Formats: sequence, C-alpha cells, structure tokens
Amino acid sequence: MDDIFGIPAPLLFGQLLLGLINGAFYAMLSLGLAVIFGLLNIVNMAHGAQFMMGAFAAWMLLAWFGIGYWWALLLAPIIIAITGIILERLLISRLYKLDHLYGLLLTFGLALIIEGVFRNEFGSSGLPYRIPDALSGAWDLGFMFMPVYRGWVVIAALVLCLATWLIIEKTRLGAYLRAATENAALVQAFGVNVPRMVTLTYGFGVALAAVGGVLAAPIYSVNPQMGSNLIIVVFATVVIGGMGSILGAILTGFTLGVVEGLTKVFWPEASATVIFVIMAIVLLARPAGLFGRA
Amino acid sequence: MVLQRRDLLGTAVAAAAGTAWPRRRARAQAQTIRIGVMNDMSGPYRDGSGPGSVVLTQQAVQDFGSRGFNVEVLQADHQNKPDVGANIARQWLDQGVDVVADLPTSSVALAVNQIAREKNKVHLNSGAATSDLTGAICSPNTVHWTYDTYMLAKSTGAAIVKAGGDSWFFITADYAFGHALERDTGNFVKAQGGTVLGNVRFPFPATTDFSAFVVQARASRAKVLGLATASTDTVNAIKGAREFGLQRSMKIAALLIGLPDVKALGLESGQGLLLTEPFYWDMNDRTRALTQRVKAKNQDRPPAMEPAGCYGMVLHYLKAVADMGVAAAKASGADAVARMKAMPTDDDAFGPGLIRADGRKIHPSYLFQVKTPAESRNPWDLYKLVATTPAEEAFRPLSEGNCPLVRS
Repeated sequence: MDDIFGIPAPLLFGQLLLGLINGAFYAMLSLGLAVIFGLLNIVNMAHGAQFMMGAFAAWMLLAWFGIGYWWALLLAPIIIAITGIILERLLISRLYKLDHLYGLLLTFGLALIIEGVFRNEFGSSGLPYRIPDALSGAWDLGFMFMPVYRGWVVIAALVLCLATWLIIEKTRLGAYLRAATENAALVQAFGVNVPRMVTLTYGFGVALAAVGGVLAAPIYSVNPQMGSNLIIVVFATVVIGGMGSILGAILTGFTLGVVEGLTKVFWPEASATVIFVIMAIVLLARPAGLFGRA
Repeated sequence: MVLQRRDLLGTAVAAAAGTAWPRRRARAQAQTIRIGVMNDMSGPYRDGSGPGSVVLTQQAVQDFGSRGFNVEVLQADHQNKPDVGANIARQWLDQGVDVVADLPTSSVALAVNQIAREKNKVHLNSGAATSDLTGAICSPNTVHWTYDTYMLAKSTGAAIVKAGGDSWFFITADYAFGHALERDTGNFVKAQGGTVLGNVRFPFPATTDFSAFVVQARASRAKVLGLATASTDTVNAIKGAREFGLQRSMKIAALLIGLPDVKALGLESGQGLLLTEPFYWDMNDRTRALTQRVKAKNQDRPPAMEPAGCYGMVLHYLKAVADMGVAAAKASGADAVARMKAMPTDDDAFGPGLIRADGRKIHPSYLFQVKTPAESRNPWDLYKLVATTPAEEAFRPLSEGNCPLVRS
C-alpha cells in the first residue's frame, strides 16, 4: 500500500482510529465539564479526581463485593454522583455568587485532597482491573489489530455524548436548565426548583466523569494520579471548544484525540504539547473558543 | 513542559522544606548527622521509593544503633522535577544536612549530583537509573547503590537476545533515564549481533495512552519491544501491548519494572515477564528478616529494591561516619565517601559487597521471571529466580565508564 508523508497508509489509518478512541475519553470528560460550567458557572477542577474515583469504585465493587464490570458501569457513576451532590450541597453551592476563581480554587483543593487520600490508602502504582470477558479479544481490520474493548469505548462515548446533547438541547428539562443559567430568579418564579436542578446537574456532570473512569479502568492503570494527566488536556479541550458549549466540547474532544494521535506518529515527543499549541492559536484567533458565544 | 497541578504546589513545598526540622543548639549540631531522603512522594514513582525509602532509612538508623552521635532523617518530595529537587537540595545542604539520599528520577539526580559536589556533601543514590552517575560525570561525593541502566540492560537485555530476540523496537520515556536505558540496552543488543529497528520517545510524565506507540512498534516488525520506561508508564504500556495482541508476534522486554509495578499489573497480565533486580524480599534468610522488621511500618508491604538500597547505603554511610568521626564526616562529603569506598559493605538487603572508585556499588544482579497465578503462594510471592549475574560482571567495567576519578 502507498505511503502518506513517508508513513505507510495502514499505520496512519490505525493511528487515526486510535486518536478517535482517545478522543472519546476527552469528549466524555470535557462534556461533563462543559455541562457543569455552562449551567453552574463552576470550573470543576475536581473532574479528574472524580474520573479516578469512578475507576476506583469499579475496582472496589469487584474486589470487595464481587460486582463485575457491567453493574459497575451503572453503580459506580451513581455512587460518585452522590459524593458529588454532597460536595455541591456542602461547599460548592456557597460560591455561586462569587467570582469563578473561588470555585476553581475550591475544586482544585478538593482534587488534591481526594487524590492524596487515595494515594495514602492505595499507593501510587495502581491496581489491576481485567477487561470483561464479553469484550476481550480483538478484530483484525486488515490495516490494524483492533481490540474489541476499545471499539466499545468509542461506541459508549458516542452514545453518551449524543444523549446528553439531546437532553440539554431538545427536551423540556434541558430548556429549564438553559433558562435557569440565563435568569435563575425568573425560572424560579415559574415554580421550578432551581437549586435542586443545579445540584442534580452537578451530580450528572460528575457521573459522566465516573463513567469515563469505569471505561478507562480495564485499559489504563487504575491509580490515584490517572485523572491529573488527563484533566489538563480536557480543560484545554473545553477552552478550545468554547467554555460551556456542549457540542463544542464533544466535537473538539474527538478532533483533538485525532490530532494528538497523528502527532504521536510524526513527532511523538511533542504529543503532550500539541493540544496546548492549538489552544494558544485558537485563543488568539477566537477568544471565546471555536463554538463559544463571544 | 505541560502545566500540571503539582507544579502549582512546587514552590510551596520547596519553601516548606527549609523549615522542616526544629533548630538545635550549635553544640548539638556538631554531633548530629542529618540525612535528607528526597524522592517522589506524590506521583508515579511514589510506591517504588516515596515513604518506603524513608521507612527503610529509619530502619538503617535503628539497626545501626547508638554510637555516640545522633542521626536525624528528613524527607522531601521533589515531584520528579529537577528544579524543585535542586531547590530543596540547596536549602538542605546550606542548612546543615550532610546527606541527600535516594533521589529517583534521573533528571533530578543529575541536577542534585552537581550541587552535592559543589557544596562538598554526600549524595547517596538508590532510586535513579542512569549509569551516567558513575560515568563521565561521576563525582567524588556520590555513591550509586542499587542499580543502573547498564545493569538492567546487561541482565534483561542480554537474556532476551540470547533467547533469539535479536531485533528491537524501543518505547522510551523522553528524559535522561529513558535515553540512558535505551542507549545501554541498544549497545548490548548490537554487541550480540542484534539490530535496533526503531524507537519512539513519549513525553514524561504526561502520557497515559500507549496504544499509538504499541501499534508503531508492531509495524516495525521487530521481534522485541523494549520498554525504556518506569512504573505507571510501564504498566500502561504492557497493558496496551497485551490488549493490541503484541505478544503474539513480539516479546515484551520491560527493562525497568519493580515489585509494586508487577503487583499493579497483576499476575494475570504480568506472568512470564523477565525482569532484573538486585534485591527481592524473598531471596534469603537475611532479606526475609529485614522484610519482617519493616513490613508493619511499610503499609504491610515488603520493601522494593530502591528502599532496600536506602537501607544498605545509609547503614554503610553511618559505619563510615563512626569509623572516621562525626566532625570529619561533616567537614567533607568527599572524605566520607572515600571512607565508604575503603570499607567493604555488608547488609541484610544486599549481603557483602564493595564500592568502586567511580562510586558504583557492586553486588550481583538477579534475572527474575514473574510467576503465574498458580505458582504464587501469597500476595507478594511474585518472582522466581532465573539467573544470577555475579557482582564483578553485573555492572559496567570500571575502564569503560570514562569516569575521571578512575583515570586519576
């Protein structure tokens, strides 16, 4: 087969696909962040820690209670969402009237504490978590060897992203949420319980992070710092997509995954930097992000 | 460098390190040896060094007993950043610390190595891998105790080439450690008639997904995937390689993988891996006895090789101090290291050994294979011994390191 820019075409296709898979994680995480920022105006720095907690919850369910992957996929997000809701009620809700910076600092501090507690309890090197039997194995696509599990991750992420977007943009509940961000007092005057809606929204955003964590558990080392490497990239994704833009977060997540994947072929040393270069360029050209409202 | 949240704390930690111990009267100071254990307390290398190295250092002090002087053990987190490590080292050494110990992460070790030399203090290194510490930039103030990239390359690398793995592709952490390990292993592969078909260097510590690199390795059609990586990166890379079916066509050579990493990988994924360490808790009666002494203080885990190295080197340093006198040892780090080199070593972790003129501690290296789940009898029963390289052959020959201390 032909070469493209000196790289054999099959290898390049493979890398595009892998980029898409990583993009699925970025999209899922930045989606949760965008939902929380869009509706709560909170920059949720604890998102990476909540992603990590999702993965640990899956491990705990299996190791301590014998509950397998499929139930974990449902239970872990619920458990982590409840912890998120408690955090929101106890601490975050006190900051809505203050500058963004306070929310950022609070959630940043929470992330450090959560990660520290997990590190003390479980160490830094991580815990093993097996790929479920139904999703083990691989397909031979001709141009590459595609593990079934990675295919599942992309599909699950796409479904989640689409469903979230539909709920927020196309349903009555979504309309309430969007209205409440524009003018909370007015929506409350119509009889909608805005504080409860905001709390549940935070819980939902956190649950999205936790689902990401459960999906990541079988393929990455389940360790306390697993979220902190991702979260910075995910923040860049949200900024590039436009703070608070749901569709922007999803599209940018997948796109950046692909761009990073290609960088890993052409200039691997720069693969951790390329996203921030793009961020800088986008911010110069369009300060509100690609899909943001200026 | 990518901004990490830990960066934001860096300055605060470095500042706090200076005030980490109470000030004592000048007279007491003269009779107190201060040992600062500096390593990764909060990141990927924590389990391989971290608090475990502090526990084993304290055990060495305890086992050494009372010989007319005090020993104080301090600790700090360098976060795998050379600038943070260098700041802490400068503060420590200016404020009366005599020894900086452990120092995993080669880039940090190289930075602190220079500072210890400038200030004529002692740098006892257990955690760093780069063989350059006893090579061209060797220092009269440094002892490199536990292992190095040459030792790993010679034992694991040579065993795999001998078994028919004569063409290699490397996935390498893009900093001093990864480069040194790739270079030393590549040299062995070539010396034995093998070839290196390619490499890919990934940014440390910001890489989580290794699938892109695994697929590149597969496309190279090499027989062996050499992982010049450490800790979490190694675990993630092996997980990725298994997932993408690499083991059907390639052997995986995890050149640096330690006990906590194998534990994290699980025997299911890890079984059959070859690896090299100079210390394993279940080697002999002495290592088992040491493990028994520290296990309760070490979160019920047996020591990994880097903390075990801290035990051996700190014990030996204290013996040298007792031999030459506290005042002389505090006055010149180079003299203290010279005395360490003049005395034969002996400790429960490594048995008898010696320190060469270039600062390299010499002991045998062991090639282990990770057990299958069926073979493992207890949660930490992870290795079986495959081969032993004797102390004289385990490390780079004195004549090949280009260390100026050897020529003079």
